[in-house]
Amino acid sequence: MNKPENTSSTWLFEITPKNKFFSLNLKEVWQYRDLLFLFVKRDVITVYKQTVLGPLWYLIQPLFTSVTFTIIFNNVAGIDTGIVPPFLFNLAGITVWNYFTACLTGTSDTFKANAAIFGKVYFPRIITPLSVVISNLVKFGIQFLIFIGFYIFYYFQGADLSLNGLVLFFPLLIVIMGILGLGLGMLISAMVTKYRDFSHLIGFGIQLLMYLSAVMYPMELIKDKLPSYGWLVEFNPLAYIIETARFMLLNVGEVSFLGLSYTLVVTIAVFFIGLLVFNKTEKSFIDTV
Amino acid sequence: MKKDIILKAENISKQYRLGQVGTGTLSHDINRWWCKIRGKENPYLKIGDTNDRSTKGTSDYVWALQDINFEVERGEVLGIIGKNGAGKSTLLKILSKVTAPTTGSIKSRGRIASLLEVGTGFNGEMTGRENIFLNGAILGMTKKEITSKLDEIIEFSGCERYIDTPVKRYSSGMTVRLAFAVAAFLEPEILVIDEVLAVGDAEFQKKAIGKMQDISREGGRTVLFVSHNMAAIETLCTRVVSMEHGKICSSGDPTKVISDYLQSNSFSERIINFDSISKAKGNDKIRIMYAGIENASSNNKNDIIDVTSLINFKMNIINQTNKELISVGFDLKTIKGDIVFGSGGKFNCKLNKASEICCEIPSNFLNDDVYQIHVYFHTNEMNPLFSDYELLTFEVKDIIRESGYLGKVNGMIRPSLSWSTKDIIS
Repeated sequence: MNKPENTSSTWLFEITPKNKFFSLNLKEVWQYRDLLFLFVKRDVITVYKQTVLGPLWYLIQPLFTSVTFTIIFNNVAGIDTGIVPPFLFNLAGITVWNYFTACLTGTSDTFKANAAIFGKVYFPRIITPLSVVISNLVKFGIQFLIFIGFYIFYYFQGADLSLNGLVLFFPLLIVIMGILGLGLGMLISAMVTKYRDFSHLIGFGIQLLMYLSAVMYPMELIKDKLPSYGWLVEFNPLAYIIETARFMLLNVGEVSFLGLSYTLVVTIAVFFIGLLVFNKTEKSFIDTV
Repeated sequence: MKKDIILKAENISKQYRLGQVGTGTLSHDINRWWCKIRGKENPYLKIGDTNDRSTKGTSDYVWALQDINFEVERGEVLGIIGKNGAGKSTLLKILSKVTAPTTGSIKSRGRIASLLEVGTGFNGEMTGRENIFLNGAILGMTKKEITSKLDEIIEFSGCERYIDTPVKRYSSGMTVRLAFAVAAFLEPEILVIDEVLAVGDAEFQKKAIGKMQDISREGGRTVLFVSHNMAAIETLCTRVVSMEHGKICSSGDPTKVISDYLQSNSFSERIINFDSISKAKGNDKIRIMYAGIENASSNNKNDIIDVTSLINFKMNIINQTNKELISVGFDLKTIKGDIVFGSGGKFNCKLNKASEICCEIPSNFLNDDVYQIHVYFHTNEMNPLFSDYELLTFEVKDIIRESGYLGKVNGMIRPSLSWSTKDIIS
């Protein structure tokens, strides 16, 4: 045999009890890129198989929510959305917010939902939450088309609508939101493996969070009306994302660069903490899940 | 010649916590964390019982594996044998990176792919073709690799006609065929296989074993193979490791290790008897108070059974379901795992009272070998109630021989057939 090398350096890989403190094996993820693509494809095409309305379900949910919000918050409670039609205002907020919740709930279930498959074969576990974030991006794209449809409709109805030049950065904003959802989702998914309490928390936690995220009201409004609780919203990075998204799309509200920088820092921090915990969990979660 | 070691396991141990995850877990977690902060060792690593499922231990922690060391050479087909719970599957799980060892390390020079259970990640809504891609990617193949082998995979599976039908419409056998076909065309340096041959019909099993032989011989690939089927292990493996209670107890030449393993496992569990329901074998549906292989040709039912003995397989059971009519059956298998026959029927057993069930196995039927009874109970609607893979083990001896031939008579059964001869006058 002409393989004289027998030193430890020639091993292809090593399986040990603990990961190195921080190891995101990008090379490995890249090797499995086809799997990522196939997972996305599976998620997108199987969700509405054997339904009559099919992908229309993607549209029905945000439309009905927007209608409800418009009736409750604008017509009954009288929240003022300025020059923008309330329905469009809500639709913008909800479309963006939905992407975040879809990412968060989808990824926070990673280990529990995939226990059967994770228990049998190895592939970089991060592929699964990544695929959730990407397949939801497809869903978001479809929902965003509906928003554009209504935008054009209202425009020709004579509503005073205009885009802000910053709209060019809108995709970036969505990416930031996806990463925030992914990071938070990974963090929670890791904790759910051992303590199921978190999966209960997330259900109503998301609902509460929505009220703090300026989805159905302008950020300025809460500062005006509830000055003592306004800080709750101001510390919520999501509120900035949604407010900024509306600023870009509808040219209403304000964009705070300080707030956006804060959001960016929080997103990066949450993502890396999430990744760290996720990596630590993936090695032995199968024993506790 | 220098050995070409492709895989090396050093001091692998795996500890499991028994019981439920609850408040105790949190306190142990905090304690463990606190020790780590102070730079101390994990306090729970020092305790723990060896893994013996039948005895009651004192600790909440058990060692599923303890100090496993072994090396595998390139091209070797290593068989791993051991009783249920000996730690075989845990070892394979660690090898395939599904779970991490508690201590120790594994070093490898090649990609490891596992076939822990075929059909992983199959999605019922997707078609066979789509699932080939998905499953292949999960097992580590790239799309290009799969595309180049797609035709072969489909042909090997024999599911050509259904390949564009959603997998949920497949029969279970077809699903397994498709899944095994994907896995068979994997090309990792090291392939880990756990009991895949137990599924599929005879034709497919033959095909699967053949494919495995091809993989290991022609491809020069390394295979780790876990099975209860000693015949398959003996045919396929170049070396065998035998495990017991989480430790390796012997390794080496297949024929020798297998025969040692078979002998060390007591064959004489011919009768089991329990005094109380709570201790009896079974579950809350069915309790087996007594089960025995009795020699019906002799006055003493406990006499040694030989080839000419009439055998009674007798059970006293208590039916704790809510219907009297239940289905009772058993597979009689050789100790190597080959099933000789299966038999069963439906019986009326009074609820919550002991009933005796007896099956007569004719004389001059079984060969001299060690046999096991795999018993199973079902409801009338064939929903499983209870089954025991190794309820009884008994040996059939060969004491009286008339022919003068002293070697072992071949075959799984040895029926006494009628022979005749007559002169042909031409």
